Order: sequence, then structure tokens, then C-alpha cells
Amino acid sequence: MSAHAETMHHGPAKGFSRWILTTNHKDIGTLYLVFSLIMLFIGGTMAFVIRAELFQPGLQLVMPEFFNQMTTMHGLIMIFGAVMPAFVGLANWQVPLMIGAPDMALPRLNNFSFWILPFAFAMLLSTLFMPGGAPDFGWTFYAPLSTTYAPPSVTFFVFAVHMMGISSILGAINVIVTIFNMRAPGMKMMDLPLFVWSWLITAFLLIAVMPVLAAVVTMVLMDVHFGTSFFSAAGGGDPVLFQHVFWFFAHPEVYIMVLPAFGVISEIIPTFARKPLFGYRAMVLATVAIAFLSFIVWAHHMFTVGMPLAGELFFMYTTMLIAVPTGVKVFNWISTMFKGSMTFETPMLFAIAFIVLFTIGGLSGLMLAIAPADFQYHDTYFVVAHFHYVLVPGSVFGIIAAVYYWLPKWSGKMYDEKLGQWHFWLSFIGVNLTFFPMHFVGLAGMPRRIPDYALQFADFNMLTSLGAFLFGTTQLLFVYILIKTVRSGKKAEQLPWEGARGLEWSVPTPAPYHTFTTPPDLERK
Amino acid sequence: MRHWLKPSSPSGLILIVVLMFGFGFALVPLYDVFCEVTGLNGKTKGAYQGDINALAANSDRTITVQFVANRNDNLPWGFYPEQEEIKLTVGERKQIHFSVNNSYNRAVVAQAIPSVSPPQAADYLNKIECFCFQRQPLAAGEAKQFPLVFFVDPALPEEISKLTLSYTLFDISERDASGVD
Amino acid sequence: MCRRLHLFCLALVLPAPLLALEFNMPTGVTDTSQSVFNLHMTIFYICLAIAVVVFGVMMWSIYHHRKSRGHEAAQFHGNILVEVIWTTIPFLILVAIAIPSTITLGDLYDASESDIDIQVTGHQWKWHYKYIGEDVDFFSVLATPREEIENRKKKNPNYLLEVDNPVVVPVHKKVRFLFTSNDVIHAWWVPDLAIKKDAIPGFINESWTRIKEPGVYRGQCAELCGKHHAFMPIEVKAVSESEYETWLADQKAAQQAAVAAADKDWSLEELVNTGATVYEKNCAACHQADGSGMPPTFPALDGSSIVQGEKLEHMKIVTNGRVEKGMPAFGKQLTAVDIAAVITFERNSWGNKTGDRVTPAEIQDLMDKQ
Repeated sequence: MSAHAETMHHGPAKGFSRWILTTNHKDIGTLYLVFSLIMLFIGGTMAFVIRAELFQPGLQLVMPEFFNQMTTMHGLIMIFGAVMPAFVGLANWQVPLMIGAPDMALPRLNNFSFWILPFAFAMLLSTLFMPGGAPDFGWTFYAPLSTTYAPPSVTFFVFAVHMMGISSILGAINVIVTIFNMRAPGMKMMDLPLFVWSWLITAFLLIAVMPVLAAVVTMVLMDVHFGTSFFSAAGGGDPVLFQHVFWFFAHPEVYIMVLPAFGVISEIIPTFARKPLFGYRAMVLATVAIAFLSFIVWAHHMFTVGMPLAGELFFMYTTMLIAVPTGVKVFNWISTMFKGSMTFETPMLFAIAFIVLFTIGGLSGLMLAIAPADFQYHDTYFVVAHFHYVLVPGSVFGIIAAVYYWLPKWSGKMYDEKLGQWHFWLSFIGVNLTFFPMHFVGLAGMPRRIPDYALQFADFNMLTSLGAFLFGTTQLLFVYILIKTVRSGKKAEQLPWEGARGLEWSVPTPAPYHTFTTPPDLERK
Repeated sequence: MRHWLKPSSPSGLILIVVLMFGFGFALVPLYDVFCEVTGLNGKTKGAYQGDINALAANSDRTITVQFVANRNDNLPWGFYPEQEEIKLTVGERKQIHFSVNNSYNRAVVAQAIPSVSPPQAADYLNKIECFCFQRQPLAAGEAKQFPLVFFVDPALPEEISKLTLSYTLFDISERDASGVD
Repeated sequence: MCRRLHLFCLALVLPAPLLALEFNMPTGVTDTSQSVFNLHMTIFYICLAIAVVVFGVMMWSIYHHRKSRGHEAAQFHGNILVEVIWTTIPFLILVAIAIPSTITLGDLYDASESDIDIQVTGHQWKWHYKYIGEDVDFFSVLATPREEIENRKKKNPNYLLEVDNPVVVPVHKKVRFLFTSNDVIHAWWVPDLAIKKDAIPGFINESWTRIKEPGVYRGQCAELCGKHHAFMPIEVKAVSESEYETWLADQKAAQQAAVAAADKDWSLEELVNTGATVYEKNCAACHQADGSGMPPTFPALDGSSIVQGEKLEHMKIVTNGRVEKGMPAFGKQLTAVDIAAVITFERNSWGNKTGDRVTPAEIQDLMDKQ
């Protein structure tokens, strides 16, 4: 028996243990990306449930309490499970390749920070089957709904968030140390590709605010179990304090989810415009400015809590200021395209859609910054439309563009361009059909996070639901394209994109398991 | 700078993480200071520390003060001010009572939490004596009169002519029994 | 099957002609709501203009500077002057937006003396209104029948936006609202008044309005407050001053009458009928319309040992609540008549056939003793 068990154990385990024990940045990058794709579908399924319930007025499919669990889990899974790990995956693959490093600086830590995630999300998802159900207080978990009035599963939610936080912090430390210490000899900071720059700034944001998130969930835990009253007026605390601490974390978090996408777009646009990036220095400065401003705007999420006039004005002005560096980025991208020689392969299409739709999200963000008008917009579908515009055609399109762009180098195979174009156009139509009507229902008065609504919102909600079904199903096509590429794609060329520059394209296709074991000679290039 | 403190070394970065975790908790007292300074959330100060005898109604400026009594969580207590609205001159010392009765069939410990609106008035409402300074034990079925002695600082901004003082009564029996604050 | 399909199609088609598509913010009925609306439109047009220019240049470039049209790529990659220009211009636009926004915001913080003060308290999941200094207070609960929510009946035009007791205010008077909450954070929002303010447990917030036109203005809770967040609407009824005075007097009389009604002798049938309505509004959300509850959080009443057991125990639980388990003390929320009726209803509904009758006098007695 032992001999048999031995073979059984060693056979498949060999292939499998590669993934469990790997310290290779490419393997870990792949793990992150696959994990994020799985989470995208789990979170997407929850969005399906939400949109199916909202297809028509009246309660049809789920009870309100389950609906709240769905909105909460959808938000948590998409933010911490889909978008953030996808960017860490991209960083793992691309940062060493783009700076000419053989691997990440701390490879074992790298393995550990990934493998925390499956456990964190298994714990979070298990709450769905607990008595009292999963967390139902929204991903923003405002106290006292998340403390005194929370389901018992709040404890598991807190631990899961702690684990996600540790994973992100370790990942960020790794990125920073790698970028500072492992650049190819002769590569100065201002020679770094913009994707690397964006990630460096993102990583600093992560280590600055993820600990604050850890602090706030710890306070929630203590209020629930240890009788403290950080957020309860009864013991001298204040529920509004929760919101200040939370948004001190969560506003920079918004930029954590979009800055790496800015970096991706800044790589893709020059390639397909066959023209160098316009205003590299301004792009770096704008990113730093956005990161800095993100720390002093948090209370614009709280205009209705009853702040003094001076407070409202301060946060209104600082928030409006963010439009300046963001505008600089958009103008620079367009100037990069201007007088270029453009072609429109799938990554470029997603990148252009990113610029247009992210700008729409940015403009609605400017409207939301105006405090007196925000009294009408706050907590309505207008806000839902706004942040989905910056997160779906923003962050998610950025990730998809990156995958199409670098997949030939990673896998050595070319994706099917025709299917890629289909994927783009269906996604583009789906995303707008889903999120554009949300502006209208929001302005007309529909609050967010409700399972049932008044009749005047019915038509646009039906449209939104149809759009969501289209967008969601289209992503199955994405999975099909990925599988088809890896299994039977055409062999990709050494330089799959005519206009691509940068160190990552100098390695063979597919990128071998170990690259830049001797540092590249930057002079020759 | 020592090499391990550099923000490009893992140990330096971990130090930042630890400091930021501490900063998250430091926001709690910082916020209290901030509230005290700005009157945010209508938090009132503790007992008035000045010389009570020196106070005199030295102004004919009349303002309205309203009293609001809430019971958190629908507690089965009666809790109401003897008057919902009074007029007084600024600087004038005033005493009013809140009635409370515990219709629970067990003893409870209550804590009243004050809040003032508009919040910028909170700084000018001075309480000389208030039932909210202490936790209030109530026997089963017990009824009590809670006194409040206060005055409004004559420096109250000119545009404010009406202010509301709200008390919310929380049941802190459990908290009190377990000895944590 | 055919009939259900027909009903389904009817539900799809019918509301459409009745309801014009609404896709913008309401102008509202107060000066502030109108200035907020104007501000919103101004910023919107500015954003639209920015979008047209930015996307225009981009689209033009996409059309002309493409490889398929044989365009050769230029190689310029920076220009300090344009960077300065497109940092400055947006900044100036922002200043232009900030000025009217600051003025409007200042107006909203006006602290001048109000004529009427109403305390608004958020409860899970209803609003309580108290007219300060007037001895009038009441709960305002969703009036949409469960049949409509559960799609067993055609939805009326005010579906989910109707309450049993609207908050009544006079026009042209400055009404000041004081917001607080009894449990979690709620937010009181009426778009036509451009008021949205959080109701926070332990703290009070304020806001004000001066309505110009009589009418009914509807809104909803805007802050996620738990399970029935979607089902605690707001209905503000603005009337002339004289109508308001009459209403106020009626309210005072009605609250006294409620005390008197407790003395009347109620029959079992009367109690069960009244109780059914009270149950639907106050109890069915948790214990369910069929009394099946949602164990373990909300126990079933159908077949419950308490409901079928000793009358006094049942009365005590409904009156005093079980705060630690989330059961409110209805003694402070409902009249003695309502409590007596709902207990009688529960003891004689579904599988519970006790035949017991609980009178308002018994409830009054219980409450007086405590």
C-alpha cells in the first residue's frame, strides 16, 4: 500500500506542488491573476443575483436580508478579491521584467502573501452558510450596523479582512523593495516605465492605509466582543468616528485600485500610437499629486453626516483639486495619441475605452465633489454609476487591456484577434448599458442598496439589468479566449506589437522561467 | 539614516506599517480633540469650571433652548423633559428637570449622552450640574427627577437664536456589570 | 398559466404610459432646492463641454492619425508650455465652479430663527416625528400592502413611497428638522426639499426648509440601515397655514381619543380585524405574514408556546420587548388598543386557536403598573 500511495502522492503532487511552493515571480503572478479571475466570477454571480432581483419592482427572487448580503459580498470580493489581486499579479509578472530584475526581491514572502488569499476568501465566503448569514452591512460596514446590530459572522469578516490586509501589505513591501533595489544597473528612477512608477506609488499608498483598515476592523471587533465603545455613543464613542477612520483608509484605496491601471494605459497607448509617451515627467508628478491629495479628501464621502461649514468647504475644495492632476493624465494620453500612427488591436481598444469611460466617471466625480449638490447625489444610484464607471471600465478594463497586451509574451501564444474584438465591443456595450442608466435613476431619486424600488425607476432598472447580463456573460468569452490562446493559440512573435518598447519585450517569447539572471545591458538598447 | 530604517528596506517599510496601525488608533483621541475644538457633532464639554457666583444675567438678549429626550433602542423607559422649550437670556443660570422612570422589571444602569444642535452652539452651552456626568442606576420600577443646571455663554454667535439640547438614554447595565467602560 | 403571463405583460406595459421617464434631479419646491438644481445643471454643462472638447480632439485624432490611413507617427514627447496651460485652465474652471457652490452651501447653513421644529427619529424601519412644544408625535410607517410588494396585487403609483401618517408642515414657514436615531444610522431624504441628513444614534443633526407650494413630497431613507432599508419612506405634506393649524388640533384630539378608546369594550372580532392591520405594519417584517418567522433570529409565532400559552407573558413581551433579542418594546410605540388588538390577532390566527381576547384596558393596566 505504501508504495502505491507514494506514487499516487508524488505523481500529481509534483505538478501541484510547483504552484504551492513556488517562489518564481511569473508563477506567482499567474496564481494571482487566475485567483482574481475566479473571484471576478464569484463577485459577478452576486451582481447577477442583485440585478435579477432589481429587474422589476417587487420582491421576486431573494429576501431583503439576503440581498444586503449580496451587495456587501459583491463589493468586498470585487475590491479585495478581484481588482487588487489582479494588479498584484500584473506587478509580479511585469515589474521584474520591466526593470531587468531576475525576480522579486523577497520571493518567499511573495509566495506567502499570495497563499493567504485563498484562505481569507474561503473564510469570507463561508459566512454565507452561517446562521444569521453573511455580513449584510455593506462593504463600508458603518457602525453601529456592523457592531451592535451585526450578524455573528462579523467576527469572520474581521479576520478575513485582516488576512487580506496582511497579504496586500506584504505584496506592497515586496514591490517597493524590488523597485528600489533590483533595477538593472544604470536604470534611474526617472527611467522607470510608468507602470512601475504607478505601482511604486500604489505600494506606498497600500502600506500607509491598509494598516488603518486593520485598525478600524480591530476596533469593530473590540466593540463587538470586548465591550469597548469606539463607535457607540453609549460609552462615549461616536459612530461618525468610524466613518472618518474608514474613509481615511478607503479614499486612498480608491486610488490603489486605479493608479496601476493608469500605468497600464500609459504603456499601451504609446505602443499602439507608435509614438513615445507625452509628458513622462508630468505623468509621474500627476500620479504623486493624486496620491498625496487622496489623503486629505476622505470626508467628501460624509457630506451628509452634519459637518461644520468650514469642514464641508475644506473637503469640497481639496476634492475638486484632484481633477487637476487627473486631467493632466488624460490630456497627456490624448497628446500621445495625437499625430501618432495608430492601430486598434484589442489592448488598444480597451485602453481607449478606459480613457473615455474613466473620464466620464471622473466628471461625475467632480459633480459629486460639490457639497450642496452632493446632498442630492449622496447614497443614490448616481454614486453607484460613478464608482462603477471608474472601477469597471476603469480598473477592470485596464486589467483586461494589460492581459491582452502582455499575454503573448507570457504564454508565447497569440490570442484570436477577431474574438478579442468581439469581447471588447460586447463588453463596451454591456458596461454602458449597465451603468449609464444608473445616473438617471440616481438623479431621479433612487437610493442605493435597496432590493425593491418605486415604479418610476422601473424602465431604467430593467435596462441596467439587461446590460449587466450582457456584460457578465461576455466575460465567459474572455475565459474562452484565454484558454484557447494558451492551448492552441498561434505562436507569438518575439515582438508581438510593432511599436512596443521596454525591457520586457527583449526577453524570448514565451518569457522563460528565469529571466535577467544576468542584468541587461541598458547601453546597448 | 540607519540602513534598516530606510523606506526602501523591508524593516523600514514594516515600521511604517506599524506606525500607521498605531495612527489608526491615534485617530480616536485626535478626533475627540478635533470635535472639542470645532464643536463637531454637537459634543458638549464636561462640567463648567469657572466661577459660578460671578455669573449674572447681564444681557437682555433672549434665546430659545429646546430639550429633547430620546431612549435608544426603544427601551421601555419613560424619559422626558419637564418643559420642551424655554426662553432665557444669555448668561442666565437655569435649572430644569428630566423625568425618568424605569418600567423594566429589573434594575438598570443608564447613561445619558448629550448632543447640541446647531453644533457650533455646543461650545457656548455650559453645564454646571448634569445627570449626564454620571451613570444613573435605577431600581426596577423606580422613577426619578434628573436635574440639569446650565447657562448659555453670552458670547454665543449673534446669528444663533435657538438651540436644541438632546439627551439620549442608553442602557449600559451590561457594560457596567462587566466593569469595562 | 395563461392568466399569469397576461398579468405579467400587463405589469410590464401598464406603468409605462402612466409614468413619464424621469432622468434628472427634481427642481424641487424650495429656494434652496432650486439653487441646488441650478448648481447641478451648471456643473453638468461644464462637464459636458469638457467632455465634448476632450473626446472631440481624441476622436479626431483617432480618425486621422491611424496607420491604415498611412499616417506617420510624429516623435514629439513633451512640451512644458502645454502642460502648464492644461494645468491652469482646469484650475480656473474649478475656481469658477467653487464660487457658486460655496454661496449655495452657505445658504444651506442659515441659522435664522425657525417657526416650527420637528424632531425626526429614525427607527429600524420607520420614522418617528415629534412636533416640539406641541405635544404631537407619531410614527410614520410604510403603507404599501405586502400583496403589492410580493407581486400578488397590481402596484399603485406611489408604490413604496407612501406612509400611513405623513409629516404635515405649513408652506412659507421655516421648518427646522432635528434628526436623530434610535438604533443604527439612517438618512432622511426628500429630493424635492433638497434635504438629506444622517440620523445618528446619540447625536442630533439639523436642517431646514421653507416650502413654496402645497403638495405631497416623497422621499426615502438613504443610508443602509439593515434588512428593511428600502421600506421606510418619507411623505411630507405641505399645506396652507390654516389647514396646518386644523390638522395640528385634530392630531391633539386624536391622541386624546386614543386614550379614551382604550376604555371602550372591544369584541373579539373587532380586535382581530384591527390586529391584522397592526400586525402587517409592525410585525410581519420579521415574524412574517404567515407567522412563520425567520428562526433563529425571529421566532415563529404560529404554534409558539408563548402565543398559545399564558396571556400575561405574551402581553409583557409585546409591551416591554426583548431588547437583547431585537424585539422592540411596542408599549412605547403603539396605542393600548393596537397592542391589545395585535395580541388578540396573534392568539387567534394561523394554527393558534386560543379564543383569547386581550382588551385595551388590560394592556393599559399592565403599562400603568410598571
